[in-house]
Amino acid sequence: MHKSAPYLRPKTSHCVGTRIRATTFLYLQGHRIYIINVMSKDYWNPEIELLNREEIEALQLRRLKEVLERCTRSPFYREWFTGAGFDPTKVGSLQDIRRLPLMDKDTLRGEDPARFLTVPSDDIVRMHSSSGTTGQATVIFHTAADIQAWAELGARCMYMTGVRRSDVFQNMMGYGLFTGGLGFHYAAETLGAMVIPAGSGSSKRQVQLMRDFGTTVIHIIPSYALYMLEVFEELGLDPREDTQLRILLIGAEPHTEGLRSRVEEAYGADAYNSYGLSEMSGPGVSFECPAKEGMHLWEDSFLLEVLDPDSQEPVKEGEEGELVFTSLHREGMPLLRYRTRDLSFVYPDTCSCGRAHRRISRIKGRTDDMFIVKGVNIFPMQVERILLGILGVGSNYRIVLDTIGVMDEMRVMVEVSGELWHGEVRELKQLRDRIVTELRQEILLTPIVELVEPGALPQGEGKAVRVEDKREHMRGG
Amino acid sequence: MAHQINVFAQNQPGRLESLTEVLKEEGVNIRAITIAGVDEYGVIKLLVDDPRKAHEVLQREGFSSFMKEVIAVIMDDRPGGLHHICRALGNKGVNIEDAYGFVVQDRRTAVLVVEVEKIPEAEEVLLGAGFEVMSDQELYSL
Repeated sequence: MHKSAPYLRPKTSHCVGTRIRATTFLYLQGHRIYIINVMSKDYWNPEIELLNREEIEALQLRRLKEVLERCTRSPFYREWFTGAGFDPTKVGSLQDIRRLPLMDKDTLRGEDPARFLTVPSDDIVRMHSSSGTTGQATVIFHTAADIQAWAELGARCMYMTGVRRSDVFQNMMGYGLFTGGLGFHYAAETLGAMVIPAGSGSSKRQVQLMRDFGTTVIHIIPSYALYMLEVFEELGLDPREDTQLRILLIGAEPHTEGLRSRVEEAYGADAYNSYGLSEMSGPGVSFECPAKEGMHLWEDSFLLEVLDPDSQEPVKEGEEGELVFTSLHREGMPLLRYRTRDLSFVYPDTCSCGRAHRRISRIKGRTDDMFIVKGVNIFPMQVERILLGILGVGSNYRIVLDTIGVMDEMRVMVEVSGELWHGEVRELKQLRDRIVTELRQEILLTPIVELVEPGALPQGEGKAVRVEDKREHMRGG
Repeated sequence: MAHQINVFAQNQPGRLESLTEVLKEEGVNIRAITIAGVDEYGVIKLLVDDPRKAHEVLQREGFSSFMKEVIAVIMDDRPGGLHHICRALGNKGVNIEDAYGFVVQDRRTAVLVVEVEKIPEAEEVLLGAGFEVMSDQELYSL
């Protein structure tokens, strides 16, 4: 291995962990073959990362046409196109996509996910699902090529922040249906770093792993990064002195610039923000470069629209709006004009790093009432449904999101009315345990449940959402 | 059979005070009180001279109050008094879930309040063993 050689991306996935020293190599994309010249060591995939605007948009249009053609093989999209009077063969510009209606989580929920497939179901090798295990979940199917393309995007992000083959990457995200764990696991292997698939939790063991194997990069939810500082302190350790950490990839949870600064200071490492969503495969959609001014969206793979959430018209350049994505590079289950509900803006100027892929700002908020705790997307309706099932209609409760110590906590406060309780002490414990268990099954997160006296909570009005977000890092700064 | 008032309360300063204030205003006399604390909440258990009235006024004032059947049994206020009751119940396999006692006449009469799952059976055991079990009326006139 020639460590001093220019770092090139591997040709195919079975070259994972190897690096080719050459002046040209083949780039396989669908049925096309590109021959690419060499390349700077600052970019994982310079031929894509260094495209100028014109080239990016030309590539987008070509891929958009491909993906629309592909969608005609899907039962869902055939109906979708017919219903909209949309002829995919008549698309001549990127703006023509606007002739299609927007889709959202409800579009996915309302359909058998298999009807979105543009490939035979045998070609599917993986599924991921967002939180919500009982009918509310949204499912995304991936082919082997999708997994590979996703890993390539993740590797591009990681490489951009400075991760290299010599790094030891401890992945402290949950593995499983959640895309945060497996997504960057494959990305780091594609890049060629050594992966410690630690998963989330077992905090003292995490520290032990970092020290035993000389971890240099971690992928972690920001609130967990703060919590880990307490664990270090408890162990009498200082991450600046007692670990070799140099890069923190923090994502899956909205956070402020202030929180990033705290984390960077305490760990003595650079922290980079990430934005992704399981509907667009997961992490790897957009990531900060060393300039740390907005997250580069990989526009070879995603077509971005920033729309006014009400009028659904594009906002003026640089204005805040809802992010809407079309996947340009996913073959199993492409999504067209998918509403994220996330509010952000696009930086109008070009980045000092040389990449013309546009940058989106930190997520400013959401157009719906979904909230994110510890990387898990939670809709108040999920919580409401469970609570109504246990407590009955008319019972008063409140969901409070708070920062306890440094960790995000979800507290559910329930008024114990006469209908819920028959005077026994043990009933109260049973009631609390039941609420915890049923909520955990639904939202894949263990909430704190507090029983309170009747009248202790503000009255919820009708179907009003009873969620209060008091988290420090959700406030400005 | 006697009745005890169980009130759900958060474990916070002033909660007991607001409850006792209601009872004071309504002229309810408290014979005995005990609190089963769990965590951030607990259950206040009250033996009062008029349980029905206490329950009604507490509910009216927004407390989560419940009137629960208990056994109030007379015991001698001297060494071994409690032991005799426990032995009688234990011998017949009756499990005591919660209990507390108070003295009525110093060194002569005390009352033990017991919570058990099957009230009629436990009462029968105690009566069979020669103990005196009190009704609300009898407690009232103590």
